[in-house]
Amino acid sequence: MELFNNLIFGFSVALSLQNLFYCFIGVLVGTLIGVLPGIGPMATIAMLLPLTFNVPPVAAMIMLAGIYYGAMYGGSTTSILVNLPGETASVVTCIDGYQMARQGRAGAALAIAAIGSFFAGTVCTLLIAFFAPPLAEFALKFSSAEYFSLMLMGLVAAAVLAHGNMVKSLAMVVVGLLLGIVGADVNSGIKRFAFGFYELADGIGVVTIAVGVFAVGEILSNLSDPEERQVFTSKVMNLFPTREDLKRSFGPIVRGTGVGAFFGVLPGTTPAIASFSSYMIEKKLGKDPSRFGQGAIEGVAGPESANNADAQCKFIPMLTLGIPASGTMALMLGALMIYGIAPGPQVMTDKPDLFWGLIASMWIGNVMLLVLNLPLIGMWVRLLKLPYRLLFPAIMAFSAIGIYSVNSSSFDIYLMAIFGVLGIVWRMLDCSPVPMMLGFVLGPMVEENLRRALQVSRGDPSVFVTRPISLAFVVATVLILIVMAAPAVRKLWGAAGASSREGVTE
Amino acid sequence: MKIALRNNKDFWAGIMLITTGAVSVLIARGYSFGSTMRMGPGYFPSVLGGILVLFGLYVMIMGLRSGEKITVHCSIRALIVLPLSLLAFGVLMTHAGFIPALAVLIFGSASAGREFKFVEVLLLTLILTGFSVAVFSWGLGLPYPLIKGF
Repeated sequence: MELFNNLIFGFSVALSLQNLFYCFIGVLVGTLIGVLPGIGPMATIAMLLPLTFNVPPVAAMIMLAGIYYGAMYGGSTTSILVNLPGETASVVTCIDGYQMARQGRAGAALAIAAIGSFFAGTVCTLLIAFFAPPLAEFALKFSSAEYFSLMLMGLVAAAVLAHGNMVKSLAMVVVGLLLGIVGADVNSGIKRFAFGFYELADGIGVVTIAVGVFAVGEILSNLSDPEERQVFTSKVMNLFPTREDLKRSFGPIVRGTGVGAFFGVLPGTTPAIASFSSYMIEKKLGKDPSRFGQGAIEGVAGPESANNADAQCKFIPMLTLGIPASGTMALMLGALMIYGIAPGPQVMTDKPDLFWGLIASMWIGNVMLLVLNLPLIGMWVRLLKLPYRLLFPAIMAFSAIGIYSVNSSSFDIYLMAIFGVLGIVWRMLDCSPVPMMLGFVLGPMVEENLRRALQVSRGDPSVFVTRPISLAFVVATVLILIVMAAPAVRKLWGAAGASSREGVTE
Repeated sequence: MKIALRNNKDFWAGIMLITTGAVSVLIARGYSFGSTMRMGPGYFPSVLGGILVLFGLYVMIMGLRSGEKITVHCSIRALIVLPLSLLAFGVLMTHAGFIPALAVLIFGSASAGREFKFVEVLLLTLILTGFSVAVFSWGLGLPYPLIKGF
């Protein structure tokens, strides 16, 4: 019963006029950037974050979350209609979704994508409401030793499960940790790595680094690719899927939601992995696998449910443990800190309106997307024709204004430029900036908990393996490392990642 | 055996990591290290820097063995023009005001692309600057002077 009381409380928060408004703005902006290739949810959230400083934290978080899962909806629209995934998570939707569109069944594909996403969104809202409170309660008992081990596990898992080279990802986590501790040390007050700049006394802003690496860095990397965009617009007729479509899609939607929820709580996995896995499962389970690639509705229903479930379940570790499972979640965590809320299990008890309001708003946002998206498809497709050469100067302008407005300081603009250059250098060297971002956000907390744990144990490092919960995290960390370092697993995982990234070339 | 190092992805990644680690250890030497029980401000960055150097060495050796090439490229033009536009924005914000800073940033950024149509970029600059002034200065009330001295 408590679950329902909590949810009702959440809805009473989320249904306030102000919060509904911000939720609407969030999902609208999210869909927009989901449609537009070349700009992702991370850069957008970073860009808009400074503008939310005057907004109450609850409303701001609701909007930022809306951008995130809204992007998943938007990405599917363009995958289906023009064979162009707006987000990497929708790459796999192109395969069968675009084929369906060419057969004149774009409407059915879009509708099933929306229905699947909505189902996944609903289930995940319930999952969060059901599992988050016990998890947070459990985590409240943690002392610094457990926290350190938990963060270690989160960071290692995120680095190792992310695609690409494992050692490089781990190294990027360390780079992030180092960047995270720039600024005044809490214990001694010494300004570390400040190079004499008083602006660095408070550390590097999370927004500055995110906009630099993910907005400016992205633009730099996009500008080197020749612009290619051919828009084949199929007419969208008959939005309603047939009874046969619904029957075929039911299983994939349920399974896709399960797959997405599973990958969702794992740190480091991207929605692309969830949607790709779901596609493979449906292909294996399908009575006639040859239909896949020819416009099988299962190939749209499963992955679309999976990526939405993944996006939403990523909130579970972030809200309950204060552990970011993806780059976007790292940014949300940074946002919480900017609003003066210490992330961790106490958020649920200290800020119940934020916690439950955010959860309820996700369901409301999903309803809005369902209602909004289908009628607006025409508009989104027209937006696709906007050439990138007009888009990126706008991104630059809004990013710069956003960053400047944080401290009214030009110094932050220069930092943003530096991180933009670092962003492209890291991409060229194939060092993923996402693990860096996770390390950056957790850096000060990792140091603080390590320091405290060792102080309490009088310098004895065995404290991390003698406390049972901490030991469990350490063992899990080692296991993840061993399993993922095994050549066979590595190969399989790498193959899945490569296909989900490169996507459809046919 | 001569390997083309210039394009060797992991070789340079290793160098980058080693440099980052080494620099942080060197700087952290200026802070008190403390002991494991009472960690000074230099403890954490020194240890991390050390780990980073080890990772970097491994990645570098890996690069020398595999010889994988850099596949992502960056247009030099954009790499120079975009940061310069941001620099100009920062300087102009302090000395000239919101409108000139924004106009220079938008015009500058646009010229980093491969296609540059003067009239189009001019229009884009005008529209975006106007839009930003309307939204950020008038709408959201950001307190920056539109043009300094007026």
